[in-house]
Amino acid sequence: MSTARTGTLASLRGSIERLETHGDAHDLARIALGHKAADAMLQGGLALSAVHEVFAEGHQSATATGFIAGLAGRVSPRRPLVWVRQDFSEIESGALSISGLSELGLDPRLLVTVRAPDTDAALRTAADALACDALGVVVLEVWGQARQLDLVASRKLTLAAAASGVTALLLRVAAEPRPSTAETRWIVRAAHSPPGSPWHAWGAPMFDAQLVRNRHGPVGRWIMEWNCDECLFREPSAYPQPLAATPAHRPHPAAAYAGQRRAS
Amino acid sequence: MQASAAQAENSQAASSNTAHDTNGALPPPLRGRAGERGGGNGSACGLPLSLTLPRKGGGNDSGAPVDTSNHTTSAQTFPCVVVAKQHNAILIHSLDETAVRAGLSIGLPLANARAICPELTVFDADEIADRKTLDDIADWCDRFTPLVALDPPYGLYLDITGCAHLFGGERALLQIVCGALSRRGFAVSAAIASTSICARTLTRHASGKIVADGEEAEAVAPLPISALGAGDAITAGLRRAGLKTIGDVALRAPHEITARFGASFTTLLAHALGQGDAPISPRKPLPDYIVEKRFPDPVATDTVIAMNLSALAAMLVTAMDKQGKGARRLDASFFRTDGAVRTISVDTGRPVTRAEVIDRLFRERLDALNDPLDPGFGFDLIRLSASRTEIVVQQQRDLDANVHDNDELSALIDRIAARIGGKRVVVHLPEDTHIPERAVLAVAAQHHLAAAAQAAWPERIESEPPLRPLRLFDKPEPIKVPFATVPDGPPHQFTWRRVTHTVARVEGPERIAMEWWKQNGDGPTRDYFRIEDEAGLRFWIFRDGLYESEPPDEEVEPGSVRWYVHGLFA
Repeated sequence: MSTARTGTLASLRGSIERLETHGDAHDLARIALGHKAADAMLQGGLALSAVHEVFAEGHQSATATGFIAGLAGRVSPRRPLVWVRQDFSEIESGALSISGLSELGLDPRLLVTVRAPDTDAALRTAADALACDALGVVVLEVWGQARQLDLVASRKLTLAAAASGVTALLLRVAAEPRPSTAETRWIVRAAHSPPGSPWHAWGAPMFDAQLVRNRHGPVGRWIMEWNCDECLFREPSAYPQPLAATPAHRPHPAAAYAGQRRAS
Repeated sequence: MQASAAQAENSQAASSNTAHDTNGALPPPLRGRAGERGGGNGSACGLPLSLTLPRKGGGNDSGAPVDTSNHTTSAQTFPCVVVAKQHNAILIHSLDETAVRAGLSIGLPLANARAICPELTVFDADEIADRKTLDDIADWCDRFTPLVALDPPYGLYLDITGCAHLFGGERALLQIVCGALSRRGFAVSAAIASTSICARTLTRHASGKIVADGEEAEAVAPLPISALGAGDAITAGLRRAGLKTIGDVALRAPHEITARFGASFTTLLAHALGQGDAPISPRKPLPDYIVEKRFPDPVATDTVIAMNLSALAAMLVTAMDKQGKGARRLDASFFRTDGAVRTISVDTGRPVTRAEVIDRLFRERLDALNDPLDPGFGFDLIRLSASRTEIVVQQQRDLDANVHDNDELSALIDRIAARIGGKRVVVHLPEDTHIPERAVLAVAAQHHLAAAAQAAWPERIESEPPLRPLRLFDKPEPIKVPFATVPDGPPHQFTWRRVTHTVARVEGPERIAMEWWKQNGDGPTRDYFRIEDEAGLRFWIFRDGLYESEPPDEEVEPGSVRWYVHGLFA
């Protein structure tokens, strides 16, 4: 009896180990974002074939969309991009404008948009798309605290992404972070344009990107500028960096997030 | 012609491979029928079976077949009639056998009928339900032939050319059809003849006639004129002229009849006599390929249905493969034992040539149905047809990864479209217009994937910040602007979704005039501003119209123009 139990336990341990090592950070390919500090923190850049989450408050949805578009543009500029979103998110934060996307430097010819009637359909479509290795990136845009997007769903997405090599980007607007198997988790807010004349045209998109979870490294917070011509994130030129980076040795995402919420 | 012959042949070969005993493909009826007719000898090639459900019999008029059985049981004691309001009078619209025996007739006012027969059961006519019932019966008739035409209000044509032998000959087929419909409580009258009008004329008089080719004239000659169905005025006119039967009329010289009753009546008469034929117009276009499987014992479980569907898919692919075709549209029809038919369609972006793909698409589709397939007491016939096919060019796969990727992508799009609908998966094409909300055309990805990959989008201007927002509202959302310092200037503050934003930076205006050269394209000119608020959020707002009210007769006072948020920048 006890031998049998030990055997079961050993085999379970073995399978857990295999699951854990399957998507290990060290064998994941990475792509540099272009922002030096962030790349250093991410050990070279954003991991491909993994799930990344971007959270934003309701009124910051366009900023988060821009950030996701930037990540997608970095990850795979030449392969098809499938953007899955709910009907509701279109009403709440506007439809994805293709002209705007192409002005950020993405190729609109590679974009396929799916409007899912509800979260379940969106999730299933995204899982399907992730299994298709012809794609570069799958963006899943979900509005609100979707109950369906739990640890199990997240694990499924991670496995599908690892198997096919497609990168999954989750855009979670008006949602609270919950446990997931995402490789990184970001909270994005809009940042001011660099100071200048108030009547002067503002330039490239600016993001206040906070990395609140990084499975294989420390976290931080940076101001990033999206360079539309080179399709790169950049340190903004002539921008005072008022924000101290979160201490690298204390990477507790929940605490960091809660503190940020109180501050804002 | 060759196509249909080849198809019949290879599907028979396929059916012999499978274990099921009654299983085969319907050869489609000869498609070039009209052409062959034109050839002259009028040989037996069109064999319409005409079904008429006469008004005598109540059942089909009162709607659901369930009512019918009630009618027939209660009819033992009381006659039933169905009434409808015509010309402000309530007249009998149809009636049953007992009512006829009681001396009632169609067209009699209800008051008179009550006087003749006080214990009358009366139902209101429901023409929509009648039409629906006829449609349902036509659906059921699809199991005999793919060519079923409606002959409203109570008739159906079935083109059974080349189908009869599958059911044991014409006589047997006629009995199957009539038997099944009578069992459901319908009064049926059916006939088989080589022209549709001849068959219809026969059904109006007696049921169960089969007229051989060339004997139409003899068969219809003794029938009364009313059987032709030419309209009351013509029927009355002929009767007044002393012509009582069709034979009487046929004996007259055609030009006399034409001069008195018009050319259309002469044509009708000629068709009834078997001289020339009017083509029937089937409800559905004939699919290019059909495979089907009949079950002696109805099947009801999901696994068995799925298994049979895969077997059918394999048969269909074999049939198509011989002619180098692939399916763009597939229909699976499930015929329930109680007569209900459910058809499920799947579209694909590229011609499908593999059975696994068809199988998977249908699995996705069946999974995602809002009202799932209800087998009831089981399906006794499952049919898979390819209603749109394309020639597939078999090409050598090169080592280019792009080809593989495109195939994978279109297969993925097909799968998603099968589940949530083709209109929900879109690609985008540029439109040549300045109006922001019309600048992009979203089209179904299944059909326009190739076009979208080739689309020429306007080039981005180097080192220019984005001029168009990333998220665009379908309907611009109104905002409250307290005041603008300069006319035509941007606001300093605005309220959108109950939040007040203070403007920190502005760029604009970008003036966009409406397309006045198009119909309905004339609207107020819009002045767009790109605005950044104090928190760093960026908006694309516009003022609808100018302060100097643009159309001179505009009712809005100057100074009270409307402002909207149209989009959000990243």
